[in-house]
Amino acid sequence: MSPRWEGKLRRIDDYRWEIPRSYKAGMRVPGIVYASEEMLETIREEQAMEQVVNVAFLPGIECCSLAMPDIHWGYGFPIGGVAATRVKDGVVSPGGVGFDINCGVRMLRTNLTADEVKPRMEELVNALFYAIPSGVGAEGKLRVSEKELDQVLVKGARWAVEKGLGLAEDLAVCEEEGAMKGADPGKVSARAKARGKPQLGTVGSGNHFAEVQEVVEIFEPDMAKVMGIQHVGQVTVMVHSGSRGLGHQVCTDYLEVMGRAISRYGISLPDRQLACAPVESPEGQDYLAAMAAAANYAWTNRHCMAHWVRETFARVLGRSEVSLGMRVIYDVAHNIAKMEKHVIDGERVSLCVHRKGATRAFPPGHPDIPDVYKKIGQPVLIPGDMGRYSFLAVGTERALKDTWGSTCHGAGRRLSRGAAKRSLKGVNIAQRLRDKGILVRATSMGELAEEASEAYKDVAQVVEVTHQAGISRNVARMRPLGVVKG
Amino acid sequence: MGVKKRFAVIEHTADIGIVAYGSDLKEAFANAAYGFFSLITEPRRIRASLEREVEVRAEDLEGLIVAWLGEFIYLFDVEQLLFKKFVIEELSETHLKATVHGEKVDLQRHRLKLGIKAVTRHQLSVVARDGVEARVIFDI
Repeated sequence: MSPRWEGKLRRIDDYRWEIPRSYKAGMRVPGIVYASEEMLETIREEQAMEQVVNVAFLPGIECCSLAMPDIHWGYGFPIGGVAATRVKDGVVSPGGVGFDINCGVRMLRTNLTADEVKPRMEELVNALFYAIPSGVGAEGKLRVSEKELDQVLVKGARWAVEKGLGLAEDLAVCEEEGAMKGADPGKVSARAKARGKPQLGTVGSGNHFAEVQEVVEIFEPDMAKVMGIQHVGQVTVMVHSGSRGLGHQVCTDYLEVMGRAISRYGISLPDRQLACAPVESPEGQDYLAAMAAAANYAWTNRHCMAHWVRETFARVLGRSEVSLGMRVIYDVAHNIAKMEKHVIDGERVSLCVHRKGATRAFPPGHPDIPDVYKKIGQPVLIPGDMGRYSFLAVGTERALKDTWGSTCHGAGRRLSRGAAKRSLKGVNIAQRLRDKGILVRATSMGELAEEASEAYKDVAQVVEVTHQAGISRNVARMRPLGVVKG
Repeated sequence: MGVKKRFAVIEHTADIGIVAYGSDLKEAFANAAYGFFSLITEPRRIRASLEREVEVRAEDLEGLIVAWLGEFIYLFDVEQLLFKKFVIEELSETHLKATVHGEKVDLQRHRLKLGIKAVTRHQLSVVARDGVEARVIFDI
């Protein structure tokens, strides 16, 4: 595998480490990595730090190449990477968004308690498994024409609301209200659309899931209440998915386009996967229009799946959707590039903020967050692995100042799939989870070891860093009761 | 004939890859495709009951293998096709033409173990030295 990263780091404080510009000629800004000293050891085991360095080469990058504590090795950008480039003379890089455009998380609260649902979990998990198409090669139950798909790409989640799926009020509590502006289906290739058409409304495979959870700890009761979380033992639901084949094809297509463009724009980069083009160039604008379309596809996806979750709960528990109180808390994109205005040296500057495996974390009062959260800050949804826990947090002023309003997005893998399988050979993962009170239903039960807790870092360590560093504030911790996976 | 290794799996923390071997480019490319499908399912369970013409172009050999394997991601996503036999008829630095044999997914017989969503350029290489070695990492 890759060698250990032995570069020098300067300690800024307990949770921040700087890779100085002097590390490598060509770095325009330093790298700043959020991590505890303990986590640094694991992070150094792969070349993710070198990727933080490479991102610092991007033209127009402001301040620093940032990495969140769940950093791990990605393509071009590390996963957990955040970089803001100036719109006027900087670049946009598809690798700074990732293949799974708008991979993200939606979370719902309910009026249910864990004690009420536990006796019905088997039935509930099975029903969710059939309601939410998952797994490799899964096709959705939404049959859309090419024309309708184009509408999905423009309207995002609103398309689904107009079709009678989900609620209009869900849109207000979704990043970008479920539809990013500037989306142009004409910039999405026929191949991307062909891949996306049959997959609309499917969760996919890999680390994507729909999960029934129970709140086990509340750190900020007042903030939690604003989000509809009143007590320990309350049931919540989390859906983690992205833009499926469509988003991956958009990324693939534009990596090609930009790979050809870099020499034309005189950009030199240490890694081909960092291919980019000026934000305001035709290539940059085309990518952003296609990316927004893919993002809207992903929001439609999560919106539809949340709708089926509600339907399933109502049917299995024999109660009305209204009485279940299944409201969306929030929906975040953790693979995306956004045009945002940030204050640099007292001036408002237009930036293209790349968040690849990082979650926007805007503070209280920010104009881009829903009114209902103006007082507490934007909810941040941080899923962990299926055997442990996930976190709910909020954005902070500190994040806006230090990380362009960004924080972590999850646990991050620790073991490769093969290594996880080998180390868990002979272990019945489903049974082991069942013993812990977690029911799992997956298309490929044989592959469950790849997603076991051992394969992931402990997300509690990750959110400890973001909380202590002040770039998000922990509000609650949930544990899984039932998981549906691909 | 001795048993020659067609490919090996590369472990990557978050993803997976293959290194494909061949005595020449054609063989290495065919083995890369075989390795690709063996990540998704058991190739010996795939029947060669239908065939497709595949033709791809790129600016260089590395781009060509990305396009070649990308074609199979597309055919799998859009038509649920699995392939096991790859007859490469023409192969230059920038162009590949092949006839590939396989069938549509049948969940009664095929266990799908992995979804491959993109071919990356991460550590991508096609090297000719005592035969050909092609290294590709996939996004899954």
